[in-house]
Amino acid sequence: MILSDLIFETYSAVTVNKARSGLTVLGIVIGIASVIAMVAIGQGAQASIQSSIQSIGSNLILVMPGAQRGSVVSTGRGTAQSLTQDDADAIGKTVENIQAVAGVVSRRYQVTAPGTNTNTSVIGTTPAYPTVRNIQVDTGSFFTDQQVLSQSKVAVIGPTTRDDLFGAGTDAVGKEIRINKIIFRVIGVTLSKGGSGFNNADDVIYVPLTTALHFLSGNNYLSEIDISAQDQLSLADVQTATTNLLLSRHKISDPASADFTTLNQADIIATASSITGTFTVLLAAIASISLLVGGIGIMNMMLTIVTERTREIGLRKAIGATESDIGIQFLAESVLLTFFGGAIGILLGWLIAFVVSKVIGTPASVSWFSVGLAFGVSSGIGIVFGYYPAQRAAKMNPIEALRYE
Amino acid sequence: MIEIKNITKTYITGDLETPVLRGVSFTIKDGEFVAIMGPSGSGKSTLMHILGALDTATSGEYNFDGKNISEFSQNELSAVRRDKIGFVFQAFNLLPRSTVYRNVLLPLIYAETPVHLRDEMVKKALTSANLPEDRWDYRSNQISGGQMQRVAIARALVNNPSLILADEPTGNLDTKTGEFVMGTFQQLNKELGHTIVLITHERDVAEHAQRIIHIRDGLIVSDDKSHKQRIIHHHQEKNDSV
Ligand SMILES: Nc1ncnc2c1ncn2[C@@H]1O[C@H](COP(=O)(O)OP(=O)(O)OP(=O)(O)O)[C@@H](O)[C@H]1O
Ligand SMILES: [Mg+2]
Repeated sequence: MILSDLIFETYSAVTVNKARSGLTVLGIVIGIASVIAMVAIGQGAQASIQSSIQSIGSNLILVMPGAQRGSVVSTGRGTAQSLTQDDADAIGKTVENIQAVAGVVSRRYQVTAPGTNTNTSVIGTTPAYPTVRNIQVDTGSFFTDQQVLSQSKVAVIGPTTRDDLFGAGTDAVGKEIRINKIIFRVIGVTLSKGGSGFNNADDVIYVPLTTALHFLSGNNYLSEIDISAQDQLSLADVQTATTNLLLSRHKISDPASADFTTLNQADIIATASSITGTFTVLLAAIASISLLVGGIGIMNMMLTIVTERTREIGLRKAIGATESDIGIQFLAESVLLTFFGGAIGILLGWLIAFVVSKVIGTPASVSWFSVGLAFGVSSGIGIVFGYYPAQRAAKMNPIEALRYE
Repeated sequence: MIEIKNITKTYITGDLETPVLRGVSFTIKDGEFVAIMGPSGSGKSTLMHILGALDTATSGEYNFDGKNISEFSQNELSAVRRDKIGFVFQAFNLLPRSTVYRNVLLPLIYAETPVHLRDEMVKKALTSANLPEDRWDYRSNQISGGQMQRVAIARALVNNPSLILADEPTGNLDTKTGEFVMGTFQQLNKELGHTIVLITHERDVAEHAQRIIHIRDGLIVSDDKSHKQRIIHHHQEKNDSV
């Protein structure tokens, strides 16, 4: 049988009962569409989490008060009181290959400006912070060491906070805000980092560390020490040296009972991407189940068709069709259906991914790899689930088939 | 062309053995027009299926065009049917949703006939089977029974088979239409030289052939080459109401 005849026969067989072919294809369409959409959303989320972790700084090491729990997600960390600015200074003086160290105390406060108020996170820190955390000042300037020493009531605010308090695009430098009822003068606005949602790097207020300790938190304890290493290679060494230094400063001999935790950025990214990666695989696995159901639908329909067309198969064999002619014809029908279903499913999945990414605001990326894979998988389903019905047709005895009522 | 020796066929269903053919032998030469007659259940269709390479005998030898095909595989038998044999079934067996033209074309797609030769072959077969040209593009479930039978004949002819087998080709037709179809067979035999084996249980129909083989209970009871063949003058009736 030559290819053009096969195409004609397949096309006319599939279009005879358009409603049934359409419904069968729907199973594959839904399966492929959900796989494409789920993988796109999962990968988009993964990319966005990675880039937001990267945006918090480069070669960053975080020291947090509280016990090491061996995992990024542990409870109770950050509430203990064990880190002070003296620790931060000691790290800066003794540990090698450090670019900058900044002590941080952060908490959410009610912040007001004339006529408006907002609840945002207030970070008390030192002038090293912009270097450690990759922050750039858009208008005005960051506070200086002098302003830290003198406990100045000055604030540098993020663009979102600026928009909330003074209205979008207003020049806030020189204006006054009240943090926890204490008046601060705005001396700078940072450049947007493009974050969104709960952990927005643009919705933040920076004040001098000493000011924050004295007027806002009322004690000497830090909620975090941020260290940036010279380069990627020294990251692990800096982390070890920092840990050892703090252990000896806190007079702890057993590292397992340390009253602080150190994390480096590479570990955070690795953990986050392994979590999102698992999540993506899980989504894809769930979606694959619908693909499997679609495949069974194809098999069911092909078996019905083979039975319905028994006499026709008998006739085709009587006029000279071989087993492989018949087998290929039926296989081509199921592959045509699944291939077609795959094509529509890819478009639909693309559309779903696009809409979802617009609605929840994370980017969704449909990769050519997943499109290729979807085509391969849907045609493969046609072959796998069409094979048995096609073999059943091919092996029919012509006489029995012709007699079939 | 056909030489069968001591052919038997026994159907086995469960423990039940049904002997249908119990030792049939004959020879049919190129260009012969043979009718096989017998009462219902005598094994005519079974014999035709074996002659047509649709089925294999339980025992015995079958030489077709000098080749012993008794031991052929299913795919080898398919090739014999495709290249050498044309069938006309009692129940027509057309593809109802395809056009008349497409039905006749069907054997050529399995024979992988080059595309540029096909149109001429199909038109020639449809003309030889006396099917009016204005019906060629009709769907095959939109034409009369007599016309369907002629489509089936055209389909049997299209690949120029050396043997045409017809099982009760007039069984579903009225007498007049039946006569017309028989005329077509005679024309194919006389003018185009096809070997034709035709099954019927009607004496009138059988008399159109040159030779009549009678079978009963799976055995040949007579083989008559001397009866007077009824000739139909086809061309005068061509434009009849059929
Ligand atoms: N697949 C089968 N299994 C068992 N017995 C069968 C089978 N096919 C046919 N037979 C039996 O074989 C016998 C001959 O059948 P066959 O169809 O050859 O008869 P026939 O001469 O063509 O009859 P008719 O004139 O009615 O068409 C019948 O008795 C039938 O019951
Ligand atoms: Mg019969």
